[in-house]
Amino acid sequence: MSEVIGRFRFMNEQRVNLDGFATPDANLGLVAFNSPHDPQPSLTVHDGAVIEMDGKTSDQFDTIDEFIALHGLDLTIAPEAMAIDSLSFARDLVDTNVPRSQLVALASGMTPAKLADVLSKLNAAELVIAMTKMRARNTPSNQAHVTNRSDDPLLLAADAATAAAFGFREIETTVPVLGDAPSNAVAVSIGAAVGSPGMLVQCSVEEATELAMGMRGLVSYAETVSLYGTEQIFVDGDDTPWSKAFLTSAYASRGIKMRVTSGGGSEALMGGAEKCSMFYLEARCVSLARAIGAQGVQNGGIDSASVAGSVPGGVRSLMAENVMVMLRNLEACTGNDALMSESDVRRTSRTHPIFIAGSDFICSGFGSIQRYDNMFGPSNWNSEDIDDFLAMQRDWGVDGGLRTASEPDVAALRRRATEAVTAVYSWLGLGDFSSQWAEQAIDAAGSKDIPTADLMLPLSASRTIVDTDVTMLDVIAALAENGFDIEAQRCLDMLKARVQGDYLQTAAIFDEDMNVLSLITDPNTYAGPGTGYRPSAQRQQVIDTIRQQQSVSDIRAEQHAYATNNIVAIGAAAVSHDPRDVVIGVSPATGKDIWRTLSGLSVADVLHEFMAGLEEEGCVGRIVRINDTVDLGMIGLTAARMSGSGISIGLQAKGTALIHRRDLAPLANLELYSVAPSLNRELYRLMGINAGRHAKGATPEPMRNPYSDEAIEARYHTKVVGLVAIERDCSSQSQPETMEVR
Amino acid sequence: MPQGFSGKDSSEVSVDAIRRGDVTIDDVRIHPDTLEHQATVAAEHGNAQLAANFRRAGELTRMTDEYVLSLYDALRPGRSTQEALLQFARDLEDGGAPLNAQLFRQAASVYERRGLTAQ
Repeated sequence: MSEVIGRFRFMNEQRVNLDGFATPDANLGLVAFNSPHDPQPSLTVHDGAVIEMDGKTSDQFDTIDEFIALHGLDLTIAPEAMAIDSLSFARDLVDTNVPRSQLVALASGMTPAKLADVLSKLNAAELVIAMTKMRARNTPSNQAHVTNRSDDPLLLAADAATAAAFGFREIETTVPVLGDAPSNAVAVSIGAAVGSPGMLVQCSVEEATELAMGMRGLVSYAETVSLYGTEQIFVDGDDTPWSKAFLTSAYASRGIKMRVTSGGGSEALMGGAEKCSMFYLEARCVSLARAIGAQGVQNGGIDSASVAGSVPGGVRSLMAENVMVMLRNLEACTGNDALMSESDVRRTSRTHPIFIAGSDFICSGFGSIQRYDNMFGPSNWNSEDIDDFLAMQRDWGVDGGLRTASEPDVAALRRRATEAVTAVYSWLGLGDFSSQWAEQAIDAAGSKDIPTADLMLPLSASRTIVDTDVTMLDVIAALAENGFDIEAQRCLDMLKARVQGDYLQTAAIFDEDMNVLSLITDPNTYAGPGTGYRPSAQRQQVIDTIRQQQSVSDIRAEQHAYATNNIVAIGAAAVSHDPRDVVIGVSPATGKDIWRTLSGLSVADVLHEFMAGLEEEGCVGRIVRINDTVDLGMIGLTAARMSGSGISIGLQAKGTALIHRRDLAPLANLELYSVAPSLNRELYRLMGINAGRHAKGATPEPMRNPYSDEAIEARYHTKVVGLVAIERDCSSQSQPETMEVR
Repeated sequence: MPQGFSGKDSSEVSVDAIRRGDVTIDDVRIHPDTLEHQATVAAEHGNAQLAANFRRAGELTRMTDEYVLSLYDALRPGRSTQEALLQFARDLEDGGAPLNAQLFRQAASVYERRGLTAQ
């Protein structure tokens, strides 16, 4: 019995079975919550110092424990906080009568094991409420990845402008070739400035290089300052809590926003989980992030999201990590970054609760570019998903940070972005671009569409940027000298924002008027239904009005483009007594406002097929417009009663058709084509033939509706509603008319 | 309007001034007083650690980029002996950076205990 039955062969072929699913194994750190080796929460304070924490005395502290013990806890509130029952605190997290501020204050005295214990008690629905209530900033936002395989500056700039047009407020770029980093930073900054004021830009590379670019003003925030939950993995990453704390201050000293990166599963992935659960280790990272003075955390698995996703409860733990960051009163950039599943269903399920709750940044890297161009690796959401995401926003009335953008607007922005980069690179002696390259970059869906790109240009441009000490001031001057005054001002505004320093505060972004939205200026006010962030009427309009939506007037105009004069009324229609006579009853809009069926055939062609099919059977078709009803059954029955044979064909101009007989009830019929979008000429011909056979008293083999596994209804129901409305507008009490098809 | 690190008022920094070459990178760098102000705001909003970070940052504003990067490197694992870390701490203390000096002193102690000092 080695053969696998067909049902399981079929199931095994589904994309979800490309994903890895691990048997939980605490010894390898392959458990989401509650490893038997996780410590119980505890804290002992003596003379104002922590002498014991989470089961370890201070002489046993590793560097992570030590830093948290020295800097990370509010010891004035810690005794009270540690004494609170975890379940009762978890309930307060979802109680809209308990204010966020109270919970945040108590959490500042909680050890990593205590935070892990509290948050492991929330189920998925409770995490949604807790995230809604606990995130720092009221207004949700989103971040884009903008990268490509060739570090093409023109494509980077065009794609950065495009990301801004779709509403992203932060752009993260990186490089396949480390030496290209300065050029990428310049190109993305210019493209972002073309797209919108107030765009935050980072170039993720090795820590020291990233800081150096920040110091030159070439980027405006940093994110890839990685933290790990075990000392071994931390040191393997060539850092310690002290070096990271210093780096955090170094960024602030140059007025550069930064957040740290962590995420459950990374330690297990690197073989250094020390038998602890992913969630407990992440609690250590989040506690450390707060201790070193970072304003925010990017977590929720990130590169190790699929490791968390491989164990039971892992996806829930990713969201719980995000809520933990929020509970520590930090900015939460909530993962949904690296692609965590081959399955569209699973990857959507992973994001959806966060999407509806809203976070400071829903994705800490929505791949706004092609998957193959994403140098971080494909994201959980990619350029092919932008319209899906916009539709989801519209479906749920949710603000996921994005907005629709029109093709002409994006085309114009992409052109201006390539022009601006071309001018700046030429002015600063960084390189020259051919007009062919620029045209390809404007049109490109991805770097594969730009065969003319010179792969050496980014590297030589970067060398020149470093060697000649190009700063953002030089870029601004070059923009201004070449007529890009708006972009020059936008880049300068980002530099001035550093002088002001308000965007260093927790969860800061800029709106398009350069207002800082942060924990300070735009705090989360959620306290139950009717409170907290609600899109303004204007913003809701933007969310609701996606470019694909169609009104009846759009559908009417679409039909009008196909209007001809080949279906005409030639006079009043009478009852016939000729037994060969078969009336083809057509709907009120036929020959007036509807010219194309849902399957794309012209209504005239459909009528020709009916006539031809009837003729094959020796019958005579007679087309009569039934003006007083839009109901297909009534059209067919009315036609049958005028028909000499007593048999009729009824047709709605959108393509739905049936065969009727004069002695039947309106809703009964002999045969019906209900799936108009799938009908072709041959099928309409067959209906003519069968109608003829019915007229002759025979019993033909019934027609079969074509089968489709596509979402026919989703595709066409909007049009159906519009076309029926048009039919209704055309209907009147006027008598049936004989029609001629030419 | 706040002042840049150089003391120049932010309102004097314009695109035209940049074109004329009248703006240096220090004019668009944050001033330690501004970081002190941000530290106060952070503390008022319940984040003492963020405030402490801004205050450490305030001390670093006066140092060159290269020196800041070298300090960062000195704190990476296995880069510095305990004595070297303590010497950095003394230099920082003397240079008016007591908060960063404290960070180095702590590192000197814990790195030695955890085997993260250079041998």
